[in-house]
Amino acid sequence: MMEPLLDVKELTMDFGGLRALDKVSLQVLPGEIVALIGPNGAGKTTFFNCITGIYKPTGGNVFVTPPGKKQRRISGMKTHRVTAQGMARTFQNIRLFPEMTVLENVMIGRHCRSRAGVLGAIFRDRATRREEKDIVDKSYAILEKMGLAGEVNELAKNLPYGAQRRLEIARAMATTPFLLLLDEPAAGMNPRETDVLEELIRRICTEENIAVLMIEHDMRIVMSISSRIYVLDYGKMIASGTAPEILANPVVIKAYLGEEDVDVPAS
Amino acid sequence: MDYFFELFLGGLTRGSIYALIALGYTMVYGIIELINFAHGEIYMIGAFTALIVSSVLAFAGMSGPSVLFLAASVAIIYSAAYGFTVEKIAYKPLRQAPRLSPLISAIGMSIFLQNYVMLAQTSDFLPFPSLLPELPFLESYGLKIGSSEFIILVTTAVSMVLLMLLIKFTKMGKAMRATAQDRNMAMLVGVDVNRTISYTFIIGSILAAIGGVLIASHIGRINFYIGFIAGIKAFTAAVLGGIGSIPGAVLGAFILGWTESFATGYVSSDYEDVFAFVLLVLILIIRPSGLLGRSTVQKV
Amino acid sequence: MNAFAQIRQSLIIALWFMFITFPVLVVRVNTIEKVVEWRWLNMIYVGIGSFLISFVWRYFLERKAQGGKEDTHPAPATATEKPFMQRLMAEPRLYRPFLIVLSLFGLAFPFLPFASTYQINIVTNALLYIMLGLGLNIVVGLAGLLHLGYVAFYAVGAYSYALLYYHFGIGFWVALPIGALFAAIFGIILGFPVLRLRGDYLAIVTLGFAEITRLVLENWNGFSFGPSGIAGIPRPGLFGMEMDLHQGTIYIYFLMIALCLFTIFVVNRLQNSRIGRAWVALREDEVACEAMGVDPTTAKLTAFALGSTWAGLAGVVFAAKTTFVNPASFTFLESAMILSIVVLGGMGSIVGVIIGAFILILLPEYLRAFSEYRMLLFGMIMVVMMIFRPQGIIVGIRQIYEFKKVAAKEGNRQ
Ligand SMILES: Nc1ncnc2c1ncn2[C@@H]1O[C@H](COP(=O)(O)OP(=O)(O)OP(=O)(O)O)[C@@H](O)[C@H]1O
Ligand SMILES: [Mg+2]
Repeated sequence: MMEPLLDVKELTMDFGGLRALDKVSLQVLPGEIVALIGPNGAGKTTFFNCITGIYKPTGGNVFVTPPGKKQRRISGMKTHRVTAQGMARTFQNIRLFPEMTVLENVMIGRHCRSRAGVLGAIFRDRATRREEKDIVDKSYAILEKMGLAGEVNELAKNLPYGAQRRLEIARAMATTPFLLLLDEPAAGMNPRETDVLEELIRRICTEENIAVLMIEHDMRIVMSISSRIYVLDYGKMIASGTAPEILANPVVIKAYLGEEDVDVPAS
Repeated sequence: MDYFFELFLGGLTRGSIYALIALGYTMVYGIIELINFAHGEIYMIGAFTALIVSSVLAFAGMSGPSVLFLAASVAIIYSAAYGFTVEKIAYKPLRQAPRLSPLISAIGMSIFLQNYVMLAQTSDFLPFPSLLPELPFLESYGLKIGSSEFIILVTTAVSMVLLMLLIKFTKMGKAMRATAQDRNMAMLVGVDVNRTISYTFIIGSILAAIGGVLIASHIGRINFYIGFIAGIKAFTAAVLGGIGSIPGAVLGAFILGWTESFATGYVSSDYEDVFAFVLLVLILIIRPSGLLGRSTVQKV
Repeated sequence: MNAFAQIRQSLIIALWFMFITFPVLVVRVNTIEKVVEWRWLNMIYVGIGSFLISFVWRYFLERKAQGGKEDTHPAPATATEKPFMQRLMAEPRLYRPFLIVLSLFGLAFPFLPFASTYQINIVTNALLYIMLGLGLNIVVGLAGLLHLGYVAFYAVGAYSYALLYYHFGIGFWVALPIGALFAAIFGIILGFPVLRLRGDYLAIVTLGFAEITRLVLENWNGFSFGPSGIAGIPRPGLFGMEMDLHQGTIYIYFLMIALCLFTIFVVNRLQNSRIGRAWVALREDEVACEAMGVDPTTAKLTAFALGSTWAGLAGVVFAAKTTFVNPASFTFLESAMILSIVVLGGMGSIVGVIIGAFILILLPEYLRAFSEYRMLLFGMIMVVMMIFRPQGIIVGIRQIYEFKKVAAKEGNRQ
């Protein structure tokens, strides 16, 4: 069997008295696009925050296995170290650097893959210049792929909404991850934009060989794109499986539609 | 032993004043997550107003407790008015701004108010009349406590109890707690957030004014700069106790008061202000959420 | 709002301000002669002043609110739409001649007929503040850390030179890097525990630290000679040449110009480097920045240490320039002044800080009547700038990158 890229074991997160995650386990295998769905407040974003080290989980373990490397435990690691391991994320409520240009936003993603320090910045020696050029070229290449090459020098805050979402993905890609975590990438997009996004995520997965774990409410994109789906409800993982399995699962339907409407089929 | 008791009492008195000011910091921080740097200035303005009122009355030949009453009342009204106005001018327009902006605005307001009082009044120390009455019964009961210390302790205790009652039982108190917990949620359930924030500033300012009048008549002199140092110390007390926590602010204030009192008494009085700062840095390293503060996770 | 309602509101505001300023502005008690001075005129000034200002205030607030709305429907910003200053700075053809004239003036200034020792000193002083402002700008403007105790590191630099000379006879040029190093070490020692915490704690800790530094300098007689300070610090030497006072002043002026150019060079290179970008990103959104792989503690500590280094450098120059240091030169007001330079000029903007320093240092010098009110003004500037123009007079511009393919792509689109 293939080593999972991401292996989350019984992750638990308490906020005061509230148990936002209750022994949640999840795996992402190489080449997969996995969706994490669930009603509002189920704990999906909290799950991302826990595995990326933004929150300190109360219990459980998170392991990653970067391709060609040994498995290592990342729970308890600082966020920037997790990113350096090769797991990059986007945010549900877009968190770009608004006063920086589009290109600079992406260049930040290269930070953990480059080394120049203060002295390098001041003296601009050969190595620093080469590194800087590499940062610019790689960032630009990513922006081209994401269809943002025309806006490189625009301030991030001036981009339209859909482009901002794509820029967030571009920024995360710049960290050369093996696993991309997307928190509701299609939120607020119109159907056309969603289609473009879907195509983009597919390409990221196949061409760049980056696995994707995606939180999404838009069932259309979830059902068509994901190899597997996990369903979270009130902090508990209530189901997992392929799209048809999930659609046919009564527990999932109940979670989404409430007690009374158990027998209404999901459309 | 007597010396110890004296220092203990001194610490308690100091702590009471710090508590009165620290409450303003902690309440404002609890509700809008802002270090209100101008809060120390509100305290200073309270003391100045009391000085002005009591002097005018004294020159007009009045004396006795009515002077204290009038001076304190006017001081409270004016401090409240300044607190209210400062919020409206310097903080309200910046509610949605990045965190740095209201902080800079607050420090600007503090500098402005200091210099406003200095230019309009004087940069010298002014003698503050001893407004607090002598309480002969203390001695007759054999209590080894000065009457002004006694009055400070009692006034502080009464103010705290009133504040607790206000927060626990009045509608405004509930609105304040709701807003502190989640401003947007409070707005959704019909709390008038702007008004609640104004009330918070007003209540904090009133407490600061009480502290200002008490300490000024205890020490007997004031200048425009007293708010600055007192402000840093009271803030230290608030952080020590856990910023945002009201009992924490009181606890922190007493700990700070005793620390300073014993340290200046047994170690050195030249470095009075250094101890508070060392305490602040230590607490930030060891327990940044303070003694009674809950460590909350910033929502992402 | 119609005119009547406007006037009514302004009247209420005017009355309110007349009320709240009454005890402080109108009444003044003379506690020695036991007389009360009533300054009713002040009340009238306040009334009229606040009545008029309230209109301007409201107007700008409304404009700002509308501006905010426009931002959410961005129009593609074309070059012609950008404000004049921005265009001026982005376009070498426009700013080059300007720069040449400026540098010629800078070089010729000490030899112009009106340039007395006093005049040169004032400008040197402004240059010193440019250096301080640019140093603080790294911390506040780029990295977004509110540093309220900058003057402490300035003091570390100044006392380093003073004490090194006093005890070991060490000269200016050797003391310069040592002072900077000491300041940096202090910065790291203070920053390390505090920078991991929420940003606003930094403000209060730095503020406290500066007060403590001053208190220690004032009270520790054996170390720093207390309030009387250390006198007789030598001016910088130039290959052992003998210089009279005027020549010495001119020399320090040019030295200061050189140091400012060096600072500008360094800050400019830093802000468009890997580290500089990390600082700005940190300022913009710390959570996102860390999630993109930037170690926030290291980035903050670097900014803090570099800022302190510059304060230390400036401190050494200050000691050499005045030949005398005492704790009174390092009060909170000094920190506040440097901060207002950064806030007024524009956080993150080199040109802005330079302009800010010239305005705030030279204006009170030349308008003597004004200088009494300078701190009042600094406080006001911080509040007003934050509300109406948080980016400062000059907006920091980000580096533009040219790609051949971009042009082609844009060409295709049209
Ligand atoms: N920092 C925090 N402190 C306290 N409670 C939190 C915090 N973060 C999340 N929660 C709580 O945890 C629960 C799960 O929230 P979470 O944001 O993970 O939901 P979600 O599944 O992402 O929902 P949505 O689909 O609306 O984004 C909610 O009840 C939320 O209020
Ligand atoms: Mg979510």
